[in-house]
Amino acid sequence: MSETEPLLVLRNIRKSFGRVEVLKGIDLEIGKGEIVALVGDNGAGKSTLIKVITGVHKPSAGEIVFKGQPITLKNVQASRLLGIETVYQERALADQQELWRNIFAGRELTRFLGFLDVAAQKRETGRLMRSGMGLTSRAITVDSEVKGLSGGEKQSVAIGRALYFDADLIILDEPTMGLSLKETERVLAFVRSIREQGKSAIFIDHNIFHVHDTADRFVILDRGRVVGQFHRSELTHQQLVDMMIALHEAGQVA
Amino acid sequence: MSSVASDTKDRPAEPQHGPSFLWRNRFQIAIIGMLVVLYAVFLIGDWRTYTSFDIYRSFMISIPFFGIMALAATYVVTLGEIDLSFPSIYGLAGWAFSAVYVASGSFPVAFVVCILVGVVGGLVNGLLVTKIGIPSIVATIGTMFLWRGLVNVLTQGQGIPIAQITDDPWHKLFVGQIPLGGPVVIPAQFIWFVAAALFFGVLFKRHRFGSHVLFVGDDEQSARMMGIHVDRVKIACFVILGVSAAFSSVFLLNQMLFFWATTGDGYLLTTLAAVFIGGTSVFGGKGTMIGTFVGVLIIASLEPGIISIGLSGFWTQFVYGLLITISVSIYALMLKRG
Repeated sequence: MSETEPLLVLRNIRKSFGRVEVLKGIDLEIGKGEIVALVGDNGAGKSTLIKVITGVHKPSAGEIVFKGQPITLKNVQASRLLGIETVYQERALADQQELWRNIFAGRELTRFLGFLDVAAQKRETGRLMRSGMGLTSRAITVDSEVKGLSGGEKQSVAIGRALYFDADLIILDEPTMGLSLKETERVLAFVRSIREQGKSAIFIDHNIFHVHDTADRFVILDRGRVVGQFHRSELTHQQLVDMMIALHEAGQVA
Repeated sequence: MSSVASDTKDRPAEPQHGPSFLWRNRFQIAIIGMLVVLYAVFLIGDWRTYTSFDIYRSFMISIPFFGIMALAATYVVTLGEIDLSFPSIYGLAGWAFSAVYVASGSFPVAFVVCILVGVVGGLVNGLLVTKIGIPSIVATIGTMFLWRGLVNVLTQGQGIPIAQITDDPWHKLFVGQIPLGGPVVIPAQFIWFVAAALFFGVLFKRHRFGSHVLFVGDDEQSARMMGIHVDRVKIACFVILGVSAAFSSVFLLNQMLFFWATTGDGYLLTTLAAVFIGGTSVFGGKGTMIGTFVGVLIIASLEPGIISIGLSGFWTQFVYGLLITISVSIYALMLKRG
């Protein structure tokens, strides 16, 4: 894979549920170390598109090329093995379990015959908390249960977990939903740190300001099609907001 | 909601390093405390009985008859599920053991068939819950009647004597007496029970499988998103309980030397009571094998204890009820605070 080759290429992705066509031929490229925001109103097809990339839905037509190889994703595990991690809106954490169990849920570090390497899981969780997640509060340790954490801290754990497994592409579905202002700041800083680590991200957020501050490129979806793509330098906050309003009212990008 | 940043500023020099050992193990400590108090009462009430070895030996004989099932049931309860059918699996597997032993004269063959019945019983429960989608309390009421009914049909209410089994060398492996000098004799089944407790304890907290059980019981949706095979984990837990029920029946039959059509019937509530007294949460996601182990000891010592301190046997259920109500109230309050 050369440096300039995009990490992920979608060609003419279509997805229908029964007679309803939700994705009507999406072409999209995600570069290495690039954060791309999917923008669009409810029903634009953002979530469906993400589910196609993570292997939840099978596309009805079209081609997915990841790291230069055409791929078919059978399930979530398959996409994860290839290096695509998802931070779900619901966070996918278990409240009463310790952090060291949550980080490695479904991918435990084991010694032999499936016996846990608890020491390694705790050590790695601790390292991740200090470096990747920025959870330096003394009240939180690897033995803390998730339920005592704030919304932002939970999101940090979910993102930290995605980063740990060395994914090349991280998909974040509404990561700032329900968070306080300060927590949102932290989560956005995390998203930016993905780029610093040379990894790529697809980012969905309803807040245009978050999107504009964080993403390198905005892909505007409307009713199953890509109706516009802009680099951050091409648009100001206000222009992006205006465009979204125009899209909402007129149904097309001016 | 406070942010992380202000948290760090608010308590910079606090020596607190997350939850302490005592806090993390508060359920286990509570139940061990309960056992200590109980034995203090027994010792004060009847010093002579409780300082002689005989009573402990009789505990060690009878505890494994339901104790191993309580350990296994901890997995099912941690999933947030319940199984009411294991006493019937116990009966059916016990019937299979006795009938096959009488017919073939072979202990190992009878044992293997018995365990297979346990596997099938657990598998049926697991499949009903995961693949058909019946809530476990309903599904296992069905299989409870089904397997017990099958035993009744097969035996026509008749028992099976298996007294000749005492001559079998395998018999000693299960219920032999191991003398340790003086009056101290350890029944083999108690060694099995301790071994089962260690095995189930390690599997629960130090194995990938246990981690998956905890995660599924805590949040099934999250477990699915993390790629845990939720159905497989659930089915495995029901099978573990089915096999444990079958295994336990072998101890009982070797001790009693007679199979009754009702074998296993009285163990439903005592077994589940041991799990709940132990501190495993009925809501799932939280369980403790140490708690269940001590819960088994408590349940087993209550009845003889009540009688030896001079109360009539009529008190037994009342004291059971008192202890269960108090212990689960303590746990509920602890959960609220934690």
